Amino acid sequence: MISYDHYLVLALALFFIGVTGVVLRRNALIILMSIELMLNAVNLAVLAAARNMGDMYGHGLALFIMTVAAAEAAVGLALVLAMFRHRRTVNVDEFRNLKG
Amino acid sequence: MWADILFWVFAAAVIVLALAVITFKNPVNSAMALVADLFFVAALFVLVDAHFLAVIQILLYAGAVMVLFLFVIMLINQGPDELGRARRTFAKAVALILLFPLALVVLRVVENVSKGGGFLKVPSDYGTIEAVGRLVFGQYLLPFEVASVLLLAAIIGAVAIAKRRLW
Repeated sequence: MISYDHYLVLALALFFIGVTGVVLRRNALIILMSIELMLNAVNLAVLAAARNMGDMYGHGLALFIMTVAAAEAAVGLALVLAMFRHRRTVNVDEFRNLKG
Repeated sequence: MWADILFWVFAAAVIVLALAVITFKNPVNSAMALVADLFFVAALFVLVDAHFLAVIQILLYAGAVMVLFLFVIMLINQGPDELGRARRTFAKAVALILLFPLALVVLRVVENVSKGGGFLKVPSDYGTIEAVGRLVFGQYLLPFEVASVLLLAAIIGAVAIAKRRLW
């Protein structure tokens, strides 16, 4: 029987993979994709919690998380484009100056 | 019973594809793996009776956000020399060692998973578009309007950041 705990562990593992991607990869695009993975893990945990409690408040929360994720992706990709225009690379190791 | 089997299939696919996202060298491959991953996460949403959000997940993420990702990847168009650069094996090994305690936490939680249980019964309109609509346009009306302002700010911000010269 699949229980709430199984979903939470799956969400935790997915979030952990996302964290690993952010820490290990130096390509800004893949870092953004790892952030999307983490946001999806959170959504899965929220929806499983809503199902466990039998009410629907989590669905509203998950919808807003998706909205924020879409806004984050748009601004993040704009930043990547600006970075690329500036330095001709998206390797985040190259961006170590606060001064442009 | 079927739901249990499907859960394991989808969970395995989600984990494998997520690992693929962070291991592929070429961002295009990562993006395609992420699209497939988001589809399987949507399937898991269906298993927890979040039907409307599963559809939104596919439309919004696999549709809109990932197209945006692919668009930027194509626009940047990194060559093989660019992708092959920057190995930094030592730094990656240190990062992996530092991540190890976090992995131990995951394993510790897995040990304590309760057997059995399952979810309680829910009304037949749970997770439908009507129920979500009543929630969002009723109780969550103010957050909904705030979210629209957030999206407007994101649109203007994205244009302002990505544009070469504003004035």
